[in-house]
Formats: sequence, C-alpha cells, structure tokens
Amino acid sequence: MSEFIEIKDVVFSYVNEYDDPPTKNVVLKGVSLEIKKGEFVAVLGHNGSGKSTLAKLLNAINLPESGEVLINGMNTADEERLYDIRKTVGMVFQNPDNQIVATVVEEDVAFALENIGVEPSEIRRRVDEALETVGMYSYREHAPHKLSGGQKQRIAIAGVLAMQPECIVMDEPTAMLDPIGRREIMNTIKQLNAAGVTIVLITHYMDEAAMAGRVVVMDNGSIIADDTPKKVFSKAEMLKSVGLDVPNVTELTHALIKEGISLPDDIISEDECVECLYDLLKKGE
Amino acid sequence: MIKDITIGQFFPGQSVIHRLDPRMKLLITVLYIVMLFIAKGFSGLGAGVIFMLIGFLLSGIPIKMMLKSVKPILPIIIFTGILNLFFITSGNIIFEWKFIKITDNGLRTMAFMAIRIILLIFGTSLLTYTTSPITLTDAIERVLSPLKIIKFPAHEIAMMMTIALRFIPTLIEETDKIMSAQKARGADLESGNLIRRAKALIPILIPLFVSAFRRAEDLALAMECRCYRGGEGRTRLKQLKTAPRDYFALALTVIFIAAIILLNRYSPI
Repeated sequence: MSEFIEIKDVVFSYVNEYDDPPTKNVVLKGVSLEIKKGEFVAVLGHNGSGKSTLAKLLNAINLPESGEVLINGMNTADEERLYDIRKTVGMVFQNPDNQIVATVVEEDVAFALENIGVEPSEIRRRVDEALETVGMYSYREHAPHKLSGGQKQRIAIAGVLAMQPECIVMDEPTAMLDPIGRREIMNTIKQLNAAGVTIVLITHYMDEAAMAGRVVVMDNGSIIADDTPKKVFSKAEMLKSVGLDVPNVTELTHALIKEGISLPDDIISEDECVECLYDLLKKGE
Repeated sequence: MIKDITIGQFFPGQSVIHRLDPRMKLLITVLYIVMLFIAKGFSGLGAGVIFMLIGFLLSGIPIKMMLKSVKPILPIIIFTGILNLFFITSGNIIFEWKFIKITDNGLRTMAFMAIRIILLIFGTSLLTYTTSPITLTDAIERVLSPLKIIKFPAHEIAMMMTIALRFIPTLIEETDKIMSAQKARGADLESGNLIRRAKALIPILIPLFVSAFRRAEDLALAMECRCYRGGEGRTRLKQLKTAPRDYFALALTVIFIAAIILLNRYSPI
C-alpha cells in the first residue's frame, strides 16, 4: 500500500518568456515528500523557497517537470483523474476576498458541489454541514463582503470542505488576517485535523508551524529539514541561516540556556515555557 | 463614503411579487414591454397603467422609490417631449408664434410618449426592486439556456454577471483605499478643471486595474481548485419551482395583452 500523498523527485521551474532568450527559474530541485493520511504538516520557508509551488503540485495546478506526484495512487499528470484529485485535495489561498465566487455565503459554499454535479438535496445537506463545522452557519445568508477577514477565510475553508476532501492544502491562509482572524483559522484547522482531515499548512509564522505534528523546512527549492516541531525548532542556528525565525518562546529559552540556565532546548509553546520557568524558580527558592 | 453605494436596487420583502418565480417575472416584464409598444392609443396605455398599478400595489414598494427610479431619465422624457411638441406639424394648430407651431397631434404624441416611457421605467424598476441581483442572474441563465443549442454562452454570461456583482463592493473598497493612499502622498483629486481632474484619476485607476487583474488570476485559480469546468453537468443549490401563482400572473398578463389588442381595434384613441 502506497502512502496517501507521495511526491517523488519532483523538479519544477517557471519559464520567463519575456526575457530574451527565455530564462528558466528552477523553483523545486528534486523534492521528495510523503504524507500520511490524517497528518498535520506545516511547510516553512521564506519567500521564494518554493513552498507555494509545492502546494500547487498537490492538486494538479502545477504539474512536475520531472518526477511524479501521487495522490491516493492517482498521478496528478493523469488528466482523466483531474477532478478526482481536486476533490481529494482541496486548496485554500491567502486572500479570502479572491476565492469567494458568489454574493451569498451559502451559494459560495455550494459552488464546488454545483461544479461536481451533486444532487440539490445533498448540496443543501453538505453546505449546512460545512458551515456548521467552521462555525459560520448563522451567516449563511449574508453577503461575503460584509464579513471580517477571518470569517471570509472560514467561508473559503467551508467551500473546500463541502467537497469532503481527504486533505486540505492551505497556502498562507492567515497572512492577510488580523490576530483574531488568525486565531479563528488556526482553531478551525486544528478542529479539522482532529476530525481526520489531512492538513498541509504553508506558512511563515513559526507559532503556527509549532501547532503541527510535523514541520518541513524548505530553502531554495529543496527540503532541508523534516521532523517534529520540537526537533526542527531546536536547530535555531540552521533556521536562522535560511532566513527563518524560531517561535518567540524558543528564542527566549535558547537565550536563557546560553546564559547558563538549565532549561530543555525543545520548548515551542508558551504554556510549556511558563511551566518550565515556574518549576525552575520554585527549585531556586 | 463610496462604500455606502448600494448595488442594484433590490428592496427586500415578502410580497407576492417578491415570491414570484424570477423566470416568470422576467417573462412577464418582457410581455409588459411588448404590451406598451403594441398599445396604439391612450385606452391601451390605460390598460398598461392598470397592469403596472396591480403589480406596484401588490409589491409593497414605497411610492417614493418608484418616483426615484424615474428621476435619472427625466431629461430624456423632457427632451423627447420637446421634440415631439415642436416637430410634429400635422393636425390642428393650437398655438402659432413666428416659426413655432404647436398642434394637437404634437401635444398628443408628447403625452403618449411620456406616459409610455414612465410606464416602461416603472415596470422594469418593479422587477429589479423585487428580485435580488443574484436571483435575477440565475433566472437569466435559465431563461437563456435553451439558446445553448446555437452556442449562445448563457452560463458564461450569468457567471460573469455573478462575479461582477460579487466584486463590485470589493473594488469600491479598494478604490477608496487607493484614493486615501494617493491623497496621503499629496495627490489633488478635487480641484482644477475637468481635464486636470481626469488626469488626477490616472494614479488611482492604474493600481486599481493592476489589482483587479491579480484578483482575477487568484479567483480563476480558486475556481479551478473547486472543480469549475464551465456550465456542463452543473447542478444548483437552489431549484426554481413554479407555483400556481406564477401561472395566474402569466394568465393575467396575456389577458391584458389581448385587451390591448381589442382596445386598439375598437377604441383607438
């Protein structure tokens, strides 16, 4: 049995046709990655590291130049399975405004289902269900432009969720949101993952990546780290060398360790940090 | 603020007219326009007035809103009125001064035309007041869908209208932001003559266009990710159902048309 998502040795490049002669910009240089069903994977990387390109490979928006991408054993290059692949792997983008099609919330959530040709009564059921899941059911008859950023993004997630995908890829879904909106989205993501949906979260926020079960770090078109958040963030020097930060709490504990205070070096959440410091101070009494 | 502009003129309500099947409303509006154009005399127009009044009274739309809808085309009514008054020279002369001649025929045509235009506007406003833009778009798609046989892009047109409606508020908001940004950098948008002001709009329009293109690209991608592949094999969340009242309304319209044809024949004043 093969893995749920298999990326094998993928090379991808954009051709700049306006240059003379056309220049090729290699974005992914032989990337391999396997994702199991139900995982929550965060992909980190600074701008231009190829993380968004990687995301778009997962539902056949981008096709690999060489190598292959298999979703549930379906090759993304196989045009006949295109819509099966897109039904399996849904995608949510950065700007909530630019992914909402209809002028009424529920109509927008129904959009994908209308496209696939689902029966009206079933559409109704799934739309209601998706809206309940993201906690936007009471807004179903509102106009999207009157909602907040976080609410709009949750509508966008509901629109993808209604397809009942096995995996949702999110390309920096919180980048344009305020802190409240970010928290709303992160809660929704955690809740979806708990319900068994595989999540691939592209982000450059370290604290978001810290919530994942696995962190993949990309730099310059290749994967340079792939491990649990604790292990990845303990390599603070490596992350800094590729232009990334570590979560604030990790930065703090590392600084304290340098000063000779004995703390574990794999702290990634605030609660954990508070607890360790509390214990430490108690011992010092 | 520009943000406050309401899109479309939809006046939400629960009246019979609101609840009519939008396809039927569209068809009845077309028949109503036909009705107004086949009426040859005031008696026929009178029937049109009665028909419009029935719809208006049932819809519960305030009279103020109906009058407001005529306001923008008032100049056109006045202009055609003047043309008719001065340039129709047949019939009995009522008033003559130097080269100006006003005849009873001219007066008649002026009144006839004015009433007809006002009725047209009232009728079509009634349609847009009682039908939300999205429902209307939906109805247009369904009414035009038989034309798909001759490759008429009914679905594409409806999709374009929906997206346009969806993005108008977003782009208005964006325009507002760009204007503030340019003003903050010292752009002067409010003084000078017409040409200067038009020129001052360029630094607003260019960023707006660039961003609209970017949005279009994003939206296309998002639509593709949600399995969009044109109108073929699409189902709809909301099914339109015709109720007995729809057929009653249609029957009433047909009766009015028949009445106008008869009035044209037997009482052509």
